[in-house]
Amino acid sequence: MNIIVCIKQVPATNDVKINKDTNTLVRDEAQSVINPFDTYAVEEGVRLKEATGGKVTVISMGIPKVADILKECIAVGADEGILLSDRAFAGADTLATSAALAAGINKIGQYDIIICGKQAIDGDTGQVGPGLAERLGIPHITCIRKIEEIKEGYIRAQRMTDFGYEVIECSLPAVITVVKEINEPRLPSIKGMMKAKKAVIPVWTADDIGADKDKIGLRGSPTKVIKTFTPEININTEIIDGTPEEQAHKLVEKLLQLQIKVPV
Amino acid sequence: MDYFLTEEQQMIKELAARIADEKVAPVARELDEKEEFPYEIMKILAESDLFGVYIPEEYGGLGGGITEQCLVIEELSRACSGVAVSYAASGLGCTPILLFGTEEQKQKYVPDIAAGKKLAAFALTEANAGSDASGIQTMAVKDGDYYILNGTKQWITNGGEADVYVVLAVTNRSKGNRGFSAFIVEKDTPGLSFGKKEKKLGIRASATREVIFTDCRIPKENILAKEGMGFIVAMKNFDRTRPGIGAQAVGIAQGALDYAASYAHQRYQFGQPISSFQAIQHMLADMATQTEAARALVYATARMIDAGAKDFSKESSMAKVFASDVAMKVTTDAVQILGGYGYMRDYPVEKMMRDAKITQIYEGTNQIQRNIIALELIKQYAGKK
Repeated sequence: MNIIVCIKQVPATNDVKINKDTNTLVRDEAQSVINPFDTYAVEEGVRLKEATGGKVTVISMGIPKVADILKECIAVGADEGILLSDRAFAGADTLATSAALAAGINKIGQYDIIICGKQAIDGDTGQVGPGLAERLGIPHITCIRKIEEIKEGYIRAQRMTDFGYEVIECSLPAVITVVKEINEPRLPSIKGMMKAKKAVIPVWTADDIGADKDKIGLRGSPTKVIKTFTPEININTEIIDGTPEEQAHKLVEKLLQLQIKVPV
Repeated sequence: MDYFLTEEQQMIKELAARIADEKVAPVARELDEKEEFPYEIMKILAESDLFGVYIPEEYGGLGGGITEQCLVIEELSRACSGVAVSYAASGLGCTPILLFGTEEQKQKYVPDIAAGKKLAAFALTEANAGSDASGIQTMAVKDGDYYILNGTKQWITNGGEADVYVVLAVTNRSKGNRGFSAFIVEKDTPGLSFGKKEKKLGIRASATREVIFTDCRIPKENILAKEGMGFIVAMKNFDRTRPGIGAQAVGIAQGALDYAASYAHQRYQFGQPISSFQAIQHMLADMATQTEAARALVYATARMIDAGAKDFSKESSMAKVFASDVAMKVTTDAVQILGGYGYMRDYPVEKMMRDAKITQIYEGTNQIQRNIIALELIKQYAGKK
């Protein structure tokens, strides 16, 4: 089975800065890590390969430094990494990102399944996976917590919802996005780390993948970030003291005073 | 201090450190309390290739040596010495096969040990044979194509958990130290059973059990080296594995130093952190110096062995004796720095102090190590060398 995993590099959460002019994250200075949700995607890809054979290709769009993160994926079992890197990709929103990734994946060619993390922890949109499926003209299932069965041309998986899970059948090739419940990512092996050290990550430019320049980067991004701010939260906390019984009485009194109506 | 590790050694050290911090440290207290064998961590170490660091590539290892093995043991010990010794004891069981095994024996047993699919163990100690290995009572009697083993080994690390045991037994009592032989015994051999699991002061995550042989028939091709070579097998094995105990001790000491130093910085008494008091500062300075000196001696010895030195009994003993005495002192001082908190199980240093004690005892007590060092000195100065 040919498996493609899409990953994103995100700033390590302990070191986040925002560019005041563009209202977007400063990505050059921050220490970068692989998006945590993507580690589950890589692990699931490697497990699928171990179960069914085939190959895991990890692809990302980003600055040249992202090659290091692709190498980390090789250390945990991926076979190869491909980096889409070009000034023309810069400033991309989710729509433009999915266009670039789709073009890169079309250049890779053969694939049975594409796995993404359910969302990135920086933008938190969760749009790139489904967007990518749209661009490629294939189906997608989001928020997979378990693959029940997978074989040529077919997948049955559990999709997590707020109220439980749905079992979804789908034809392959497809895009799936995964949640953290799906597996526990492994640590690298020494052999994997050595392979990663020697690995050469090919860098593909916009021309290499034949991307339409109006659909990628800033030019292909209709999303404009107007303002980012930390919402003000005003919560007045009042600690009610007394015995549990007294506290309950006081609380009920307070709630009645506030005229909070409880539907019967 | 920079020991100028190779890139590969650095990689091994970093991965072992990551496993120690992320996977071992969070469960160390629980493993100690419950005296639970760390199956899950052994699996992680196996998947990370760390069981094979010292094993030649032709047998599925990574082709490193004692140095690489010491790096892993040291890092694991920083978090939990009980985990580290379970890892290290597999090396103690595998090393005699690497040193004395036939090509067939190596092909048959080593790759699975390198992959961590099987654990190994070394079984020498008995109720009446500790420092005096010649007191071994376990007998191996030849019977056609087999040897029949009878006897009880005690305090065998990885006993019951290991799949491959290298066992010392008497083949000819009248020949003294030349009357012992070493055998490879597989776990599922009829007549092999395991006795009680010991309750210990420290390294409580590790399994320490009796290994019992009752008319246990071993194919004769499972003898290591030749009949009568058992004592040599044991001594040469220990020469190579003592630095590993040194590394274990260094790891324990480092763990204790790390904790005590950061505690001293946060603990306020008399309106200031206790690290501002010279009494504490000097203790920390000595702990750090001693730990670094122990590490330097362990690494130097490991590198000497890996470089192909022929005779290193003395250095190997020095590394073990010095590092283990340092571990005992540094952990005791760490408990002292934490004061009453250090004595409580809510803090990790009392466990480190309990764990440190064994490094002065096993794989030859420190008194025996000093005998070895002195014997080598006497040989040297008597002009025999």
